Amino acid sequence: MSRLRPLALVAAAFVLAGASGCAFKPIEPWVKPYERERLADPVMKTSLNELPGRQLDHVYTVREGSRGATGVQGGGCGCN
Amino acid sequence: MVAIKNAAKVAGLVGGAIAAGSVQAVDLPEDRVETMYHLYDGGGVIAQGPALLIRKSMLDRVSLSGSWYVDAVSNASIDVVTTASKFKEVRNQGELGLDYVVRDSLIHIGGSRSVEPDYQADTLSMDLTQDVFGGMTTVVLGYSHADDKVGQHGTPGWVGTAHHWQYRLGLTQILTPRWTVSANLESINDDGYLQSPYRLARVFGTYVHETDPTTRESKALKVSTTGDITPDGAENRRSFRADYRYYWDTWGVRGHTLELGYNRNLAPGWLLESYVRYYRQEHALFYSDNAPDQTLYVSRNRELSTMHDFGPGATVSYTLRSVPGKYDVKLSGTYQFIDFHYADYTVVATGKPYSYHASVFNTVLSATF
Repeated sequence: MSRLRPLALVAAAFVLAGASGCAFKPIEPWVKPYERERLADPVMKTSLNELPGRQLDHVYTVREGSRGATGVQGGGCGCN
Repeated sequence: MVAIKNAAKVAGLVGGAIAAGSVQAVDLPEDRVETMYHLYDGGGVIAQGPALLIRKSMLDRVSLSGSWYVDAVSNASIDVVTTASKFKEVRNQGELGLDYVVRDSLIHIGGSRSVEPDYQADTLSMDLTQDVFGGMTTVVLGYSHADDKVGQHGTPGWVGTAHHWQYRLGLTQILTPRWTVSANLESINDDGYLQSPYRLARVFGTYVHETDPTTRESKALKVSTTGDITPDGAENRRSFRADYRYYWDTWGVRGHTLELGYNRNLAPGWLLESYVRYYRQEHALFYSDNAPDQTLYVSRNRELSTMHDFGPGATVSYTLRSVPGKYDVKLSGTYQFIDFHYADYTVVATGKPYSYHASVFNTVLSATF
């Protein structure tokens, strides 16, 4: 019975919310497009260019046992 | 020569657009041309060469890209000089990509081929980037498949093949007008000839050819946050970034990567990107510097040893010419220092743990239009 207690509480909360006339409103995006100017600034980027990331990713991938989740487009087996 | 290379390295599989911190994921990539000279110097290895990238959009919906990357390698690393002799070789990699925008989605399809005298890797990748929640959330799904052919100098044809499957899922969330967070999960599965035909292992002081398992499954989870930390009223903008990645695989390798970055505008047209990176890993189950007895799998590949590396890096970019709304021409230079330390890979002559440091340099001339 103790497992049912949380479910009963949630059900009761729904009933009370409905009885009191509350309605669940979807969450609205709270950062509007015109507020994203700072996020789009080049200073927020990890790298301005694409090619240097490939070099660094290659340098690490061939020397470390870890790989993946870097977000960099690399290539080949690589032996250096 | 493919000496000291690990066929399981699937750098080529890492396709796609899971760009941490990107907040304009469904826009077409901007038209650009990049030319780069790159250099790596460390541990007896020098790798250098040019690279070129061209990206051009058409019809406001499609962007085509092509790139070419050259690695001219002179290898006299400790592995090579201990059991073989210094060698030189060149790796060429070509890549073509297509990006297509439909409503709030960006579809990317790309293919690449990497060729060197005794190794060839072909990769095909697909990514779907979708903006949701009023553009505050970006989701990326990606898949890549690669087929490798492994050769050996002196042996006609190929000595083996390897196949790689990669699945990735990325999520970037805008938190405030100044901060974003992102998480990327990537799974890579390998099958086939994953060892090097040249690399030797040591068993009770005797050199034998290494034997790696023919399958490997790995996962990596990276979480990042980027924020604008410019003080109110300051003229030059600044940002801070923190990344952490945890890696684990069926070979027993466990890796931790931590990177902290700080960027700032130095003056009009000048941008500084700086960072420090720390990495450490625990060795693979079948790795041994000098195995006490012969087992089914045995390797002395130091990429699979217990090791760590650390180093700071910086990039300085300068805008050579800019016509707002038309084009920008930039010149940049990067230097990174890396210190490598191995806990259970020793110098055979001295018996002491091996360590070395490396310098990574590149300079890029780029134009966006």
